[in-house]
This record gives sequence, C-alpha cells and structure tokens, in this order.
Amino acid sequence: MTTDRQRRLEQAAPWILSVALLVVWQAICTLFEVSDFIFPSPWTIAQALVEYAKPIAGHAWQTFWTTMIGFAIGVAVGLALGVAVGTSRFVYRGLYPLLVAFNAIPKVAFVPILVVWFGIGTVPAVLTAFLISFFPIVVNVATGLATLEPELEDVLRSLGARKSDILLKVGLPRSLPFFFASLKVSITLAFIGTVVSETVASNDGIGYLMMSAGSSMKMPLVFAGLFVIGVMAMAMYELFAVLERRMTGWAHRGAHASG
Amino acid sequence: MTQSSAFVDFRDVALAYEGHADFAVEDISLSIRAGEFVAIVGPSGCGKSTFMKLATGLKPPTKGTVTVAGNRVTGPLKIVGMAFQAPTLLPWRTTLDNVLLPLEIVEPYRATFKRDRAQFADRARALLKTVGLDGYEDKLPYQLSGGMQQRASICRALVHQPQMLLLDEPFGALDAFTREELWCILRDLWAARRFTVILVTHDLREAVFLADTVYVMSRRPGRILARREIELPRPRDLEVTYSDAFSHIVHDLRERIGAIRREPADA
Ligand SMILES: Nc1ncnc2c1ncn2[C@@H]1O[C@H](COP(=O)(O)OP(=O)(O)OP(=O)(O)O)[C@@H](O)[C@H]1O
Ligand SMILES: [Mg+2]
Repeated sequence: MTTDRQRRLEQAAPWILSVALLVVWQAICTLFEVSDFIFPSPWTIAQALVEYAKPIAGHAWQTFWTTMIGFAIGVAVGLALGVAVGTSRFVYRGLYPLLVAFNAIPKVAFVPILVVWFGIGTVPAVLTAFLISFFPIVVNVATGLATLEPELEDVLRSLGARKSDILLKVGLPRSLPFFFASLKVSITLAFIGTVVSETVASNDGIGYLMMSAGSSMKMPLVFAGLFVIGVMAMAMYELFAVLERRMTGWAHRGAHASG
Repeated sequence: MTQSSAFVDFRDVALAYEGHADFAVEDISLSIRAGEFVAIVGPSGCGKSTFMKLATGLKPPTKGTVTVAGNRVTGPLKIVGMAFQAPTLLPWRTTLDNVLLPLEIVEPYRATFKRDRAQFADRARALLKTVGLDGYEDKLPYQLSGGMQQRASICRALVHQPQMLLLDEPFGALDAFTREELWCILRDLWAARRFTVILVTHDLREAVFLADTVYVMSRRPGRILARREIELPRPRDLEVTYSDAFSHIVHDLRERIGAIRREPADA
C-alpha cells in the first residue's frame, strides 16, 4: 500500500537527511581540504569520539544528571506556578508580568551571580538549567487551565464539586497536552542552561570539556562535545514525545494515538 | 398549588448575563411539584438553557429568588443531575468513566467510590445498556457519534439517582426511532423513581408525550407565556401519540408558539 510505504519513508526521513548531511559535510571538508583546526570533518569527529570515549562519557554523565535535576526542579516549580497563575486571576495579574520580564533576561547573566553565591561547579549549572526551563511550563500549564471550556467546568459545578475537584478532574487533565508540549521544549532548554553554565563556571561536564578542548585547539573534540549534547537532548525530547502520545492520545486522535 | 408543596419555586426571576444590560429571561414565576415532569418549549434563543442554569444554581438570578427543596438557591445544587445541550463528555475519559464521574464527586457515593468501584461500574454498564451503548464502554468520546455522546451524557445525569433531573434538549441529535425509544426509557425511569424532571425541548410531541405540564416561553427576553397541563392518562404508550387528544394538545401548543413567531421582533 502506498500509505504504508509513505509512513515508512516518513519514519526514515530524519535518518536519511542526517546521513546526507554528513556525506555533504565530509565531501566539503575533503574536497576543499578544510583544516581540522577550523572545521573538522565528521570522520575526524568520529575518531575523536572514539579516542576520548572515556572522558566524554564521564562529562556527558555529569551534564546529563545536572540537567535532569535542574529540569526536575523546573517541572515542579513550573507546575506549581502554572497552576497558581492559571487558576487565580489575582496571581495572574500580579505574577505574570514579572515572569515575562524575568524570562526576557538572558540566563547566562545569572551565572556569575550564582557563582558568587554557590561557587563554581554543579550547583550553578543545576540552577541555570532550572531557571531557563521552568518558564515554558508555567505558560503552558496556565494556558491550559485558563482556556478550560466553561461547559466542562459546569458539568462538575452542577454536581456540587469543590474547587479542588474541578482542578483535579477537569483542569489538570485538560492541561496535560499543554504540559507535555512544554516538557519537550523545556528539556532542550535545560541542556542549554547546564552547558552554558559549565562552559564558564565548572570543571566538569560537556560544557567544560568543550571549553578546555577549544583552548588546547582540539577542535574535533569540541565538535564531539556538541554532538553528544545534541544526541542527549534529542533522546530526551523523543522520550517526552512518546510519553506525550501515551498520556494524551485523546487530544491527538491520530491513527497512532491508541497505544 | 401552595408554595409549601412546591419542590422548585421561581419568584419573579430575571437574569442578565455578565456585561449585558438587557435580561436574557425575566418575570419567571413558576412552581414545580416534587415528582412533576415539566417540559419547557420555546423558540431558539429564548432562554431555555438559561432557565436550566438558574434551576441548578449554576447562575445566580439577577432579580428574584429561586427555591429548591425548601432552600433558597445560592450556588450549584448537589441533588441535581443535568444533561447539557451539548454532550460535554470529558474527552480524556472513556464512556464508562464519564458516566462514573458523578459518583466520584457526589456524596454518599464519593466516600466509598474506591471500594465500591466495581459495583458502581456495573450500575453504569447497566444504565449504558438501557440506552443501547453496551459495547462502547471503553471508547473515548471522539470515537462515538453525536447521538451516542448525548445518550452517554444522559446516563451521566442519571447515575447518581438525583432527586431532580434537568435535560436540555437531550434527544436533539437523535433519529426519530432512537428518540422514541429513549422517550420510553425516560418515561419508565421516571415512573419507577419519581424524580422531578425539567425537560427542555423543541419537539412538541416529545413534550406532550412525556410531561405533566408544558410551559411555553416567549422570545428574548424569555418569559413564561403559557402553562398547559397534559391530562393524558398514564401510563402513556407510544400509541397515544397517534390519538386525537394528543394531536389536539400538540396543535394547541403549536398555535401558541406560532403566535410568538408572528409577533414583530422588536415587540
Ligand atoms: N454565556 C452567555 N453570555 C451572554 N449571553 C448569553 C450566554 N448564554 C446565552 N446567552 C444569551 O441568552 C439568551 C438565551 O440563551 P439560551 O441559551 O438560554 O437560549 P435557548 O432558549 O436555550 O436557545 P436554544 O433553543 O437555541 O438552545 C440568548 O439571547 C443568548 O444570546
Ligand atoms: Mg439552549
């Protein structure tokens, strides 16, 4: 069937494109004899990945769990703030403009402050990941709650439900698709936060590895670091995409919704 | 009817929606006995759904008072089952879980819901079966047709055995056969349990077949224009809808509604 083939082609698309990109990249590097110190070819990056596998794995692990802790705090705080903003007009009026202003500040600007407070290392990285990742969650959860159809709320109200019932039985389930959509955005942001902080204020993690590799002119290793971050972020993104489809199939209604 | 025997009592009730200066309904005064089956008919937009929201306390009246079961209504009531004009099933819940929802919220079921879930689910299944939805318990709302969703929402309104049942055009999306079948189901349920019913409908035959009393509402701002008791003997069989007496009443109601429609809009 054509639809079946189309589907398989669609699934293969990212792989095909990635391979094509690598081939073109390698071709350019080889043809124009680009120096590895400027722009390393995929092949030399792969070699670096193998050669430094051990230290890369160590730093990647550091970056990974740092990000996960920051992200977890971001989810908890984001959910709490999102529920507060989404359910209370008062909090919405008071807090939302502040949150927007806060979100506009580049989070790199916080790193020096965090270093003064907590010293260099894991703590500022965790906090940067948290600071950068919680905002989309707040906005999405609040939007999900605020756009709740009054008809659905009336169903519960007409049963004499308490406010907390309405939140638990309608508000939160109804915001789940919004919540999961924001998780996908936030997890990638959290990686950015961690790496940015590690780059300037840590002796550990992929950010630090790239920084030190760069200063000793090991460009293939710098690119290997980039690659590892990309893979980690993509893997987590996919994980949340799968979770999203599992948990909120009703909102997508697609053919592959029922699991 | 004296005031003391009234289960639902509207006194000079008017309601203006937030941000609207003019009333959606006004001068509504009526009394409904406990166990009475009332139907409300009227042109579209005249305020029938608004009346229902007043009767359950979802909207407080702008003027006048609403009393239900002897207490002045100040907020949503807990003794009511309501089927809204739109099915309003929760899209993330299966049909069965949607029907179980009131039991998770309304006392005394709420207290024992976790423990008695299996028993409650059986009750919900039995109810779904009476409206022909057996086999669809585990489907999500979007997998049901509009009429099936409507039937599920009627089950949801009934499952906690409320003292008062409010139905806002519940059979609007159904074909004639299913509709008449559901009339009979509702008639039998009511005969067995004798809850108070307020039924909003566009279908005069439906109103006359089911109700003890039919109220006719005027165009916006909605008022009660006429009240007509239906003296057809009970139990009523579907056959009665072909009788002369039946046609006569339907005809009479149609005349009155026709009169509303012929009035100039700005009257
Ligand atoms: N939430 C609302 N806000 C403002 N106005 C409303 C609202 N709901 C209804 N109205 C207005 O109140 C009037 C009565 O509406 P209502 O829904 O009660 O009519 P209805 O008799 O149920 O009509 P239908 O038979 O078409 O369902 C209408 O003029 C409508 O525009
Ligand atoms: Mg209506």
